[in-house]
Amino acid sequence: MTLDGLLERHGGWLETGPDEGPIISSRVRFARNLCDTTFPGRASGEVRDQVWGEVVQAFDQVGDGAKFLRWRMDELDSLEREILFERHLISSELIERKAGSGLFISEDECRAVMVNEEDHIRLQSLQPGLGLHKALDEADALDNALEESLSYSFSTKLGYLTACPSNVGTGMRASVMLHLPGLCLTDEIKPVVNAVSKIGLAVRGLWGEGSEAAGHMFQISNQITLGKTEPEIIAHLEQIVLEVIEHEKNARLRLMETQEIRVRDHIGRAYGILAHAEMMSSNEALDLLSGLRLGADLSLTSDISRHEIDRLLIQIQPAHLQKAAGTVLSPEERDSKRAQLIREFLKER
Amino acid sequence: MKCDLCDKEAVVHLTQVDNGEMKEVHLCEEHAKEQGIDINSPISITDILMGLGEARQGIESELSPTCPRCGMAREEFRQTGRLGCPDCYNTFMAELTMAVKAMHHSNQHVGKIPAREGLQTRIKSQIARLQKDLEAAVAREEYEKAAKIRDQINEVREQVESDGGAL
Repeated sequence: MTLDGLLERHGGWLETGPDEGPIISSRVRFARNLCDTTFPGRASGEVRDQVWGEVVQAFDQVGDGAKFLRWRMDELDSLEREILFERHLISSELIERKAGSGLFISEDECRAVMVNEEDHIRLQSLQPGLGLHKALDEADALDNALEESLSYSFSTKLGYLTACPSNVGTGMRASVMLHLPGLCLTDEIKPVVNAVSKIGLAVRGLWGEGSEAAGHMFQISNQITLGKTEPEIIAHLEQIVLEVIEHEKNARLRLMETQEIRVRDHIGRAYGILAHAEMMSSNEALDLLSGLRLGADLSLTSDISRHEIDRLLIQIQPAHLQKAAGTVLSPEERDSKRAQLIREFLKER
Repeated sequence: MKCDLCDKEAVVHLTQVDNGEMKEVHLCEEHAKEQGIDINSPISITDILMGLGEARQGIESELSPTCPRCGMAREEFRQTGRLGCPDCYNTFMAELTMAVKAMHHSNQHVGKIPAREGLQTRIKSQIARLQKDLEAAVAREEYEKAAKIRDQINEVREQVESDGGAL
């Protein structure tokens, strides 16, 4: 399958999430480095190419390795790299297209391996909904399979050695992506973010920073990677995520009980602007679609499904818009295309 | 409970025996620090149980200016916090030990071990895991359980030594 095939296929991780509720997806990522090999940030182009070669060989040995799509970053143009970034399959570091950097992804986009990012290998499993345990199992299995051919850099004391000491130990970063409009609308998001930050977890906006996160989308992840087992880290994260969800659900309930008219107004205005605007920035679209998404959750916009909104959230990103248009667009042209895409989507409803 | 010296919440509670008289002292984090009590590195009952209290070794620091494998300079590492290669972990061990402890509140991996690692690694990891359990038992003041875990650790160690291995 080509990159175009990937884009046409519906059902990537963001579109297969649960039908309702604040959880979007879960991710487990392992950082791994090859034995006796300089980390990518300091390695020569030659060494980085060699690492890529070793990982390619390792994938060829993996049972279902053939089902992974693979690209070296220098085979992709800048738009294609941006698209992979917008789909959370590569990081901004990989976009820079340094020697030997590349990507393997399973056809369902649920498993991906970045090569020569900050570490030689960044292996991830993305699961829809609260699927941390499944994500861990899948990442673990792929890790084991690759390790059949690769020798990882490992110390008995510090575990998997990584380019940044903040990842050392398990090398694992687990995260859950959440949509928290209730907490944002009730202004309760800041204390929640602060509380979560104090117990060894990090909260980041999915698009944008901190409590100013566009689209009310957040990502909660573990900070500590050493001194706990992988299942322990996941159990802690899951427990806190469930508490945050409880807060979000309560906030939504309270909003509907005490300020239903305000909620309806919020969603109705979002719908109105989305249905009629001629120009729309990325952030505005994310915020308004967040309102629509809340409406779908509260059954206030019965004719629009969450999956359709989630698909739009990806399609309105700059690179996806340009890919669909088949040409490079200026920011102004993008704002116009974005508004048009959303208007047409709503007109069909 | 309030700190004895200010209105802040006390985080350190000490029972001192002074001239045969028992005295309770409650301090907030700041005042505890002033008194030379660092709550982040308390005297470890675990260490005392394991008989390590006195034998704790200082951090070895040969302080070579650059990493022999990748040439990363100590100064550069200090500025960026990034390492150049796996060997940097040995080269900059002195700084890393503290940084890692501050970040993760631990200095010992207890998670997954690559299948390629030998038996030695697995045993070391088993001991590390038991030590963690021991610390948890001590924290819960379950000293009987802690003593049992200590015996288990010693058993594993003796087993390894009688097999001719060294840890």
